[in-house]
Amino acid sequence: MQLAPFSARRIVQRLTSGIDGPLLALSLALVVLGLATLFSASYEQPARVTAQVSNLLVALAAMWLVARVPPQTLMRFALPAYLIGIALLVAVALAGDVVNGARRWLHVGVARFQPSEMMKLALPLMLAWYFHKNESTLRLRDFAVAALLLALPVLLIARQPDLGTAVLVAAAGFYAIFFAGIGWKILAALGVLGLASLLPLWGLLHDYQRRRILTLIDPTQDPLGAGYHTIQSTIAVGSGGITGKGWLHGTQTHTDFIFAVFSEEFGLIGNVVLLTIYALLIARGLMIAANAATFFARLLAATITLMFFTYAFVNMGMVSGILPVVGVPLPFVSYGGTALLTLFIGIGILMSVRSHRQLVQT
Amino acid sequence: MRRASELRNHERELYFFQLRIGVAGFAVLAAFALLFVRFVHLQVVQHDAYASKAEENRISIVPIAPNRGLILDRNGVVLARNYSAYTLEIFPAKVRDLERTIQELGEVVDVQAKDRSRFRKLFAEIRNAESLPIRTRLTDEEVARFAANRYRFPGVEIKARLFRQYPYGDIASHVIGYIGRINQQDQEKLAELEVAANYRGTDYIGKSGLEASYQQELHGTTGFEQVEIDAAGRGIRTLARTNAQAGNNITLTLDIKLQEVAEAAFGERRGALVAIEPSSGGVLAFVSKPGFDPNLFVDGIDPASWAELNNSPDRPLTNRAIAGIYPPGSTFKPYMAMAALELGKRTQKSAIHDPGYFEFGGRRFRDSKKGGNGYVDLYKSIVVSSDTFYYQLANDMGIDAIAGFMGKFGFGAKSGIDLEGEASGVLPSPEWKQKRFRRPEQQKWYAGETVSIGIGQGYNAYTPIQLALAMATLAANGDMYRPRLASYIDNLRTGERRHIEPALVRRIALKAENVEFVKRAMAGVNKEGTGARAFGNAEYTSGGKTGTAQVIGMKQNEKYDEKKVAERHRDHSLFIVFAPVESPTIALVAIVENGGFGARAAAPIARTVLDYHMLGKLPEGAIAEPAKSDAAAGAQDDEEESD
Repeated sequence: MQLAPFSARRIVQRLTSGIDGPLLALSLALVVLGLATLFSASYEQPARVTAQVSNLLVALAAMWLVARVPPQTLMRFALPAYLIGIALLVAVALAGDVVNGARRWLHVGVARFQPSEMMKLALPLMLAWYFHKNESTLRLRDFAVAALLLALPVLLIARQPDLGTAVLVAAAGFYAIFFAGIGWKILAALGVLGLASLLPLWGLLHDYQRRRILTLIDPTQDPLGAGYHTIQSTIAVGSGGITGKGWLHGTQTHTDFIFAVFSEEFGLIGNVVLLTIYALLIARGLMIAANAATFFARLLAATITLMFFTYAFVNMGMVSGILPVVGVPLPFVSYGGTALLTLFIGIGILMSVRSHRQLVQT
Repeated sequence: MRRASELRNHERELYFFQLRIGVAGFAVLAAFALLFVRFVHLQVVQHDAYASKAEENRISIVPIAPNRGLILDRNGVVLARNYSAYTLEIFPAKVRDLERTIQELGEVVDVQAKDRSRFRKLFAEIRNAESLPIRTRLTDEEVARFAANRYRFPGVEIKARLFRQYPYGDIASHVIGYIGRINQQDQEKLAELEVAANYRGTDYIGKSGLEASYQQELHGTTGFEQVEIDAAGRGIRTLARTNAQAGNNITLTLDIKLQEVAEAAFGERRGALVAIEPSSGGVLAFVSKPGFDPNLFVDGIDPASWAELNNSPDRPLTNRAIAGIYPPGSTFKPYMAMAALELGKRTQKSAIHDPGYFEFGGRRFRDSKKGGNGYVDLYKSIVVSSDTFYYQLANDMGIDAIAGFMGKFGFGAKSGIDLEGEASGVLPSPEWKQKRFRRPEQQKWYAGETVSIGIGQGYNAYTPIQLALAMATLAANGDMYRPRLASYIDNLRTGERRHIEPALVRRIALKAENVEFVKRAMAGVNKEGTGARAFGNAEYTSGGKTGTAQVIGMKQNEKYDEKKVAERHRDHSLFIVFAPVESPTIALVAIVENGGFGARAAAPIARTVLDYHMLGKLPEGAIAEPAKSDAAAGAQDDEEESD
């Protein structure tokens, strides 16, 4: 009789071993805010809320599984995951479904999925593994190889075209290269070179392409076309004020721009809360990276953490009108099953890195 | 020792990594601080402005369609303009019963069967159109009557719209073209060009002619209004407005007076005429007869008029000047002579004795003159248009040499004129035949086929613009300028004027003495040869060449109804000419379909046009009169021919 509560606790302990409390709490807080906002914005499609809840359950299960896998095991998946990802991207380019003018989806039996989504994790894994393998002898050549490994999927994704995902994957690769220790001077030189190459590139563009880029930068130039969403979302954010209009009192119904809905209903205070949660989540991730046991684990954790940041910054920046409109979701908040799954697998990896940080030292 | 240093190395690396983590953390904070500042700016500083924009009234962005640019002739005469008028428009999405609404509208304003069928056609063609016109050009009285009854017709509104108008009607209709409602195909094309957003308020688009080829220039930039709208979708007030920018005006090289003279000279006959300024490629006149009234198209053409135009055996919608292909007939001979001199196959003194036929492979190729022209040198071969001379010459030169030389003059290639829908024609060569035909025995080039190429028959088939361009190139001593209708484009907003510079396509290397010789022979045609009847008494010098082209397919189609064959399969009449001989300012081709001998039908038209161009001389009496007399002359020619 006395054994029962004892073993129950053991079971709970077993089940939660490897789960990082702060990470789970912060990401779930974001999901809850997201569901509340989704509920408010999608009264015409209530099914979206229940769908997102079941997406969440799948994502949490995946997180739980990944959190229990040690980083050394993850490392073995790096190369296959990358190669499969590239193969699938090529398959999409050749035989993918076209949705809204872009070829992004691949039919797998009954379901469709976006291989580009998979690349968001496969590329950091691959680069972390590659740098880890050559850790002791890292030279400029290795960084060049890494840049090629990065460029291949980014170009394939950009061609679909899916600019948002391409930017995210490119950013992830850049972070891996940065944390692997590329020299500051090389970094600065690359930056200058990049900026300098923009000028002749601009000259090669067609008039309409230039206009399109200018519209990305200044949406008021094209209020009838691409700029329309930005103008609308800026109005929504601005009209929220300090305290917001209150939950369910917003006017926006675009679930694509969920941050506009959130911002309108919860105001500046809500935005600050959201920023704080993201900041804490990122701080936690960077801490985990700083204390990780292996080079691989460090790179992977730091890269994934900064990806969360990139998602959040780009999305909020575009809705509030300081960044061009590209298809980047607000992490843990936006509607969408695949994105949620990717994000929670990322959380799972961070948890795995944290719980296995002592393995090597002992 | 080594272990220790490795450990230290490891610690150093960890330190550098953690340093970078710190840098990243700092960047994250900076980025979030930037977002925070932006939020404060939007939600605190500018809150009031955005709140009023968002509160209760929604903001609708209403596009303002720009005024379409004008098309003017070289002297500034307006050929396509806009005027404002009221239309009665139905918003299909807001109307429950379309048929009943239209029925009831008929009680208030005049809605004819024509209007209904046009509306139905538009409705079927253009899905998800916001609104469609049921009546255009309402009278003031009708506007007032509808306004009084407006409450009865939700989803029906009066709009002020700009209409396109072509004051010259069917004159130069194939040059100017027409506009029509944007349809599904147009929308896809606009999306491809990534200009769809700029067409949000635009209902019409250039469908043919210059209206189509300069669509992007003429269209302008769409403006927009931010309008507050209430719950019912009615505009309350305008918050901001960005005016539309009118499209650019296009001024042509074409002279509408010359055009009128040329079209009048054709009368009711079918055919084409293209006149080019040799030194620039500027098109001075561009005729395709019959034409059509482009004004029929601007409101959406009613099905009855469309059927009439589309089913007419005269094919008035075909732009013959760039899409009609004709054998050049004897107008090919000056270029053959040029080729012979340049390639050294003949000298200026070469002569033959012409028995009235050329025998090749046991077959007699007959000269059009029975018994032949006797002693014929190169000069005379052009002046009297000897067939025998050129049968022989073509045979001596061979098809490859002919095709190679003629290609340089633009035969069989699109001229690149600034109009859509140009045909390539056929410059015959063994390679062309290989591609054109399937069966091996058809693909082979036979030496006998080369013979009739020499007199512009056989597979030879060119567009009038090509014939005009070749004439202009010869007149300019081998300098070929791409033909163009637009002279300059005016941006009304900036006042900028963009000239379309003459584009030199190529400079054909020709010996001056050879060019001079051929020009002299062509001048001889008009003085003492086949063109003398039309040009003998002209007050200026000119060089011409007549041509009579057999209508292809006549022999194969012998089973056809004889009467029809007699009308439609009569020879085409051609004439090419440039003037003045010393420094040409005009080169032109005139083609009269089924007009018989070139000297009879086409040459007098060319004369009338040149008289106006060179002397400013209008045909005797009003313009309409010579048209009649010319038509009569044409009929006379026909009689002679059929006999």
